[in-house]
Amino acid sequence: MARISLVGLKHSYLAHPAAPDDWALKELNLEWQDGGAYALLGPSGCGKTTLLNIISGLLQPSHGEVLFDGRDVTPLPPEKRQIAQVFQFPVVYDTMTVFDNLAFPLRNRGVPETEVRTRVQQIAEMTELSATLKKRASGLSADGKQKISLGRGLVREDVNAILFDEPLTVIDPHLKFQLRSKLKELHHRVPKTMIYVTHDQTEALTFADKVVVMNMGQVVQQGTPEELFLTPHHTFVGHFIGSPGMNVLPCEIDNGNAVLKGHRIATANKAPAGISGILELGVRPEFIHISDTGLPATVTGLSDAGRFRIAQVNCLGQTLKFLVSEDHPIATGEVHLTFDPTHTHIYHNGWLAGQEGLA
Amino acid sequence: MTLELKNVGKMLGAQTIIYPTNLVLEPGRFNILLGTTLAGKTTLMTLMAGLERPTEGTVWFNDRDVTHDAVQKRNVSMVYQQFINYPNFTVFENIASPLRVARMPEQEIRARVTEMAELLRISTMLDRNPDELSGGQQQRCAMARALVKDSDLILLDEPLANLDFKLREELRDELPRLFARRDRVVVYATTEPTEALLLGGWTATMAQGRVTDFGPTERLYRHPLNLTTARVFSEPPMNVAEVRIEQGRCSLTDGLSWSIDNGLPDGSYTMGLRPHHVLPRPDTPSDIEIQGRVTVAELGGAESIIHFDAYGNSWVSLSHGVHPFAAGELTTFHADMSHCFYFDDTGRLVASGKQREVR
Amino acid sequence: MNKAVNQKAWFFVLPVLVLVAFNAIVPLMTVVNYSVQETFGNNQFFWSGLTWFTDVLRSERFHASLTRQMIFTGSILLIEVPLGVLIALAMPRKGIWVSICLVLMAMPLLIPWNVVGAMWNIFALPNIGLMGKVLNDLGFDYNYTRQVGDAWFTLILMDVWHWTSLVVLLAYAGLVSIPDAYYQAAKIDGASRWAVLRFIQLPKMKRVLTIAILLRFMDSFNIYTEPVVLTGGGPGNSTTLLSIDLVKIALGQFDLGPAAAMSLIYFLVILLLSWIFYAVMTRNEEW
Repeated sequence: MARISLVGLKHSYLAHPAAPDDWALKELNLEWQDGGAYALLGPSGCGKTTLLNIISGLLQPSHGEVLFDGRDVTPLPPEKRQIAQVFQFPVVYDTMTVFDNLAFPLRNRGVPETEVRTRVQQIAEMTELSATLKKRASGLSADGKQKISLGRGLVREDVNAILFDEPLTVIDPHLKFQLRSKLKELHHRVPKTMIYVTHDQTEALTFADKVVVMNMGQVVQQGTPEELFLTPHHTFVGHFIGSPGMNVLPCEIDNGNAVLKGHRIATANKAPAGISGILELGVRPEFIHISDTGLPATVTGLSDAGRFRIAQVNCLGQTLKFLVSEDHPIATGEVHLTFDPTHTHIYHNGWLAGQEGLA
Repeated sequence: MTLELKNVGKMLGAQTIIYPTNLVLEPGRFNILLGTTLAGKTTLMTLMAGLERPTEGTVWFNDRDVTHDAVQKRNVSMVYQQFINYPNFTVFENIASPLRVARMPEQEIRARVTEMAELLRISTMLDRNPDELSGGQQQRCAMARALVKDSDLILLDEPLANLDFKLREELRDELPRLFARRDRVVVYATTEPTEALLLGGWTATMAQGRVTDFGPTERLYRHPLNLTTARVFSEPPMNVAEVRIEQGRCSLTDGLSWSIDNGLPDGSYTMGLRPHHVLPRPDTPSDIEIQGRVTVAELGGAESIIHFDAYGNSWVSLSHGVHPFAAGELTTFHADMSHCFYFDDTGRLVASGKQREVR
Repeated sequence: MNKAVNQKAWFFVLPVLVLVAFNAIVPLMTVVNYSVQETFGNNQFFWSGLTWFTDVLRSERFHASLTRQMIFTGSILLIEVPLGVLIALAMPRKGIWVSICLVLMAMPLLIPWNVVGAMWNIFALPNIGLMGKVLNDLGFDYNYTRQVGDAWFTLILMDVWHWTSLVVLLAYAGLVSIPDAYYQAAKIDGASRWAVLRFIQLPKMKRVLTIAILLRFMDSFNIYTEPVVLTGGGPGNSTTLLSIDLVKIALGQFDLGPAAAMSLIYFLVILLLSWIFYAVMTRNEEW
């Protein structure tokens, strides 16, 4: 168990990076508490796997330090950092049984055999592998193999942190659901620091206590899933999290208030005086309601997502999406919309007005 | 322009991969094959395309028996899960390749390729090689190549599965516009029920080599023909339990009971209730209370998925907002039983509760 | 319309069928024919059933050559396979040296086999060959033309030089296909270099190694040109392997019957051993 700190971390895969684009990871500083469940969320190429490999020691950063409990571990290789990593593709030792696979990290470290047996059985019970302990690892399905990888990470008592690199990628979708909740359950029972890298917001938001959203090598926002959902600091976060993502509309500012084609919109934040640049209004589909008065809009499409429906409208020249519950009737044609003021925000150059540059 | 499968079955040695299937697929809409990974969707698609011959039955296209036609003779295009592009051709050459095989004049090739690239928004990438493109762009290139042929039959085998969550959403929104045309049959395979619903059209649910139901997507969702279909079409998985109906009351085998008035004769049934009708707080007047012990609480930003044990069963609740529960906590859930599905002992649907009628 | 297409395809295959027939099937049938007949000259043949087969199977000479052949094949497999794997492990997997190493490895395989035999014949000559002279200068009493042990040593050394590269190239291909994640996981698990070899690299190379061993087995069992050019089967008949003996009987003594029978037995032995080997290696489904 350890507190993990990243100080002044920057990384480039090139020997002599020149332009900002040459840096896979731009300067970042992060601090993670002991025993927490964290997620690194972002699209492909945002640098999350690079960051994970730097934390585990598989990659040496070009600049900056990685500290475990205040101790600089940057020069140490992975086996000296006491971390465990679960990869995208299940990594199992094909020739060994499930039992031997789980025992492998312990035996390599010279742990006495009786202790190995107890520990392996404990972990097998937690990961629901007890029935398959005598089988050859190569005979298991993909999710069984991932459980073995996971088990190998959990079996060592001295592990500081467990890192997951998109571990559910090869799992069948109907088993993903089970394995996801299993991971969450495991974190309750084994309170080690767990860091989970993914591009799937459902995985990230359901697993982690705190999520770090990344884009193009930078941390855009970090916070609890609720914070990220209700108060996105950047339009990217608003767009990336939520299905469908946040609606972003260009607007004007009049005395600190947002104005949309002549309609005054109440928002949670105010824009500072004399502001200029790209000004936008952000509101999530969950917080737009049909009412008798409000912004005029024309319904242009309706999709069914099962337990709710997504209505697409044209409102003052902008396309908006909002949600309608499955039982409510929705009129086609002209409607009026109101935005929930507590959940509508003004964005300046992409950042939450009044919070520019704060991640 | 219809694709018809008459008693099409496929056996591999002694094993039945596809049971004799009858399907009529119409043009102008999405025909979706929904099922888990090994359900047989890909095999069925290869039988439709002519890449494999059925062991029994016939395939008819446009009222002609095409069962023995080689795939090169049929006007078919296919898009795969793995972005399949010719690695040593530029994007332009990739898209042009089927046209070159058809010996089209150069002028026309250029016009068609440019048009397709515009449609798929990769016009700026025409001179690049596929390995220089991101995943989403590579898949767009593959789709452009499939579309440029102007085939009568287009098969898409989980084309979005390897893409990032957000990218999948974006591309999915574009699919109807790109593919659905009056004179073309489109078949789309997926494992995600939500995707099927959002694409609309007609859906055939598959499980273990059988088509369990076929019809307008919404109808399958709201009035599934049988338990297998209902299960395939639920994400998160449906809450299923054995119940007994006696004199207007329905009871779970361990004490929980509620009154019903759907006119079902007394006997044993299986009931199914989707997770979003089981909530941690009271919602409708017809709710009943279920006392349960929480096993895992997955809290996303917008919704909470809570797993709990009650009355000898595992249940899943899906609700809006963040509802933190500790593992092991005893709490009361509220289930709207009026939305229950009831299946008889053969798995056939006998009552579908308060579901919206499908137009 | 459908039927016509199928029929036409056969016409394309016909020339190949004819060629194969003339080059393989007809000669094979000729051999079978000779193996069950006896002649007293004057082109008069009469049926002798399985006489030749039993004669060959009982003959001391056949047992001796077969034993020599087994020793030879066994030795080279035991040397070439581990050596090939070790070299493949030592080869770089990234960078410019990859191409250079691969070309170097491929070179011995490109040399015509009789040239290989001739090269080593001269190279190992005790008084003027580079290796022969050096060995003798170092104090070893080395003369492959006279001493049996030295002849075997040179024969095996030549084969190892010639064919280890094949094992190297196949093993290398298998190695390169192992995803990085396996090595990373092993590092994290604290596995030693030996454990990585035993639990990751060798199992993942199982398929290619099976092919390599099978190829080397069949080729070495069939070997003719190199040993004939190197030692001619001598000194005496100490390096007379099965194929060399067969040629001596068939062409030297013109005993067509026994030679034909021996050929067929030879063929069946290889077939049987290969099949056993293959079945054993692929008995697990994850092949």
